[in-house]
Amino acid sequence: MARPSDSSHLSADAVDLPTAAARPAGNGFIRRYSRHKSAVVGAVVLAVIMIACFGASWLAPYGKNQQNLDLAVHGPSLDHWFGVDELGRDYFSEVLYAGQLSLKIGLAVGILATMVGAAAGVIAGYFGRAVDDVLMRVTDLFLIVPGIAVLAIALRGLGQRDTTIILVLSALAWMRVARVVRTQALSLREKDFVVAARASGASHRRVMARHLLPNMLGAIVVNATLAVAFAVLAEATLSFLGFGVETPRTSWGTLLEKASGTVGTPTVYLLYFPGLMLFLVVLCVNFIGEGLRDAFDPGDGER
Amino acid sequence: MLSYIGRRLAYSLPVLLVGSFVAFWGVRVAFDPTDSLRGSPDAARVIAERRHSLGLDQPLLTQYWKWLKGFLHGDWGTSSRTNDRVYPTVMRSLGYTFQLVLWSVTIALVVSILIGVFSAVRERSAGDHALTALAYAGIAMPIFWLALMANQFLAVWPQQRWNLDQPPLYFNGLHSQDHSGINLDYFRHLALPVFALVVPLVAVWSRLQRAAMLDVLGADYIRTARAKGLPERRVIFKHALRNALAPMGSQTAVDIGTLFGGVIVIEAIYQIPGMGQLFLNSLLAGDVYVVVAWMVVSAVFVIAFNLLADILSAWLDPRIRLT
Repeated sequence: MARPSDSSHLSADAVDLPTAAARPAGNGFIRRYSRHKSAVVGAVVLAVIMIACFGASWLAPYGKNQQNLDLAVHGPSLDHWFGVDELGRDYFSEVLYAGQLSLKIGLAVGILATMVGAAAGVIAGYFGRAVDDVLMRVTDLFLIVPGIAVLAIALRGLGQRDTTIILVLSALAWMRVARVVRTQALSLREKDFVVAARASGASHRRVMARHLLPNMLGAIVVNATLAVAFAVLAEATLSFLGFGVETPRTSWGTLLEKASGTVGTPTVYLLYFPGLMLFLVVLCVNFIGEGLRDAFDPGDGER
Repeated sequence: MLSYIGRRLAYSLPVLLVGSFVAFWGVRVAFDPTDSLRGSPDAARVIAERRHSLGLDQPLLTQYWKWLKGFLHGDWGTSSRTNDRVYPTVMRSLGYTFQLVLWSVTIALVVSILIGVFSAVRERSAGDHALTALAYAGIAMPIFWLALMANQFLAVWPQQRWNLDQPPLYFNGLHSQDHSGINLDYFRHLALPVFALVVPLVAVWSRLQRAAMLDVLGADYIRTARAKGLPERRVIFKHALRNALAPMGSQTAVDIGTLFGGVIVIEAIYQIPGMGQLFLNSLLAGDVYVVVAWMVVSAVFVIAFNLLADILSAWLDPRIRLT
């Protein structure tokens, strides 16, 4: 693999090569990540939530939508941790099943937006000129109109299926990643190791894939966590407003939408738990992002 | 400076033009304003007539061109939902949203600056750690959940707990019936929606102010000021805070522009007839003129506040030159 130092024989003044190239392997990375207690706790909590939600078929105490009309509506108890809803369903199980969709959309958007954003950003930053201009104009356009409005129009127009929601949210989220990657590519492409790689005959594609992208892995991964957090919150907000997930499918956003009328009624506990899960997931994802940032970038604490 | 502003505005125009067209096209494709007529007797004829009177039978570009020409001449069209003129409708809604935004931003700014200065001066103290934790919580909080929880715990719960006739804070509209003006009733309505808007703003801004303040506190001139024997209070508020406000100023201006998106869900929860409600209702009714006008007004605010951010940072920090 072509490391920056491979080019050092080419010029004597190549001493300021970026030595802190991302090297995710090795103990240093895990040690630096573990120094963040919140990041470790965040990773554990998120893992537990994900296992509980995606494994709900095995782990949930009751089946999806399983009604038991003999059960009176009641708040959290030992048998029903999150209480029972007005249809006699165990709310803990309902929340776990709803989490599948929330998490699926969040993670899918995170991955898709990061891949598209990184590819677009590195191409724009590396080639500059026309490609760069187009990218910046498009992102400018979306920076000035409120995202939630664009998403609402798009989802109503294209339908509110899961895949559509993922695609539409990604269509908005990739631009942030692209901007960050572009900035990094702009500065990296002037570095000696890139010039050296070009001089030794590497194609543009190889330079971008083997030299530029690995060197900005840290920024890309951190922005991926931001994209996941954005997507989870955006899906919930849109579902809450009626533009996202549609019944009978449920996500934490739709549960909150259904529970929004319970303020001031005895069943207000239905409002607590889906929101708490959203809050926890976003909090954990943000903590993981902080930990990753420091793990990838040991020299610099804040950014 | 003037030429800079001029160039920035000229640069924004094509973006506005493309943006408004995309919105126009999107609304026309996704929503049918004649949906509500489907159930009427003789539906086909009624719908055809309505489509003709709305201009829906013309090509999209012609419709857009007609709208644009009118818009630039100050004729923003007529709402197909309410048959009201669009311009006064938008302005009326803007008034409500302005109240929310103005109060939220003012309170958020003051609180953020105080928290930021405190956490920077007492870096790594228990108070700093607690405020940091709160900031993380504020950033991760879904704003609509925060609002609903605030309704439950700050309005309903105290009322039930102490058997009050009225909740201490209301969560419906900005005035009680037969009330208007700025009085206690107004603030009891305003408190909860403003709270829900302020929390995420403070979470972000206080971190920013803390970072900026820490940056400045490490500077040589602060050491000089202390060495001269100036009282610490004076060093912090006169020498340090002044310079730490510059990066804050530009970021807050940018964020204010984007608040228009944030008020959509808050206005929906609190039934405040502002821009957010106008947008949702118009969108669902396929009311294209109102939606596009909404888009343009929101975009103009974002552009204006971005410009303001640049001017502000140049004014606060003379080292920054606008070119």
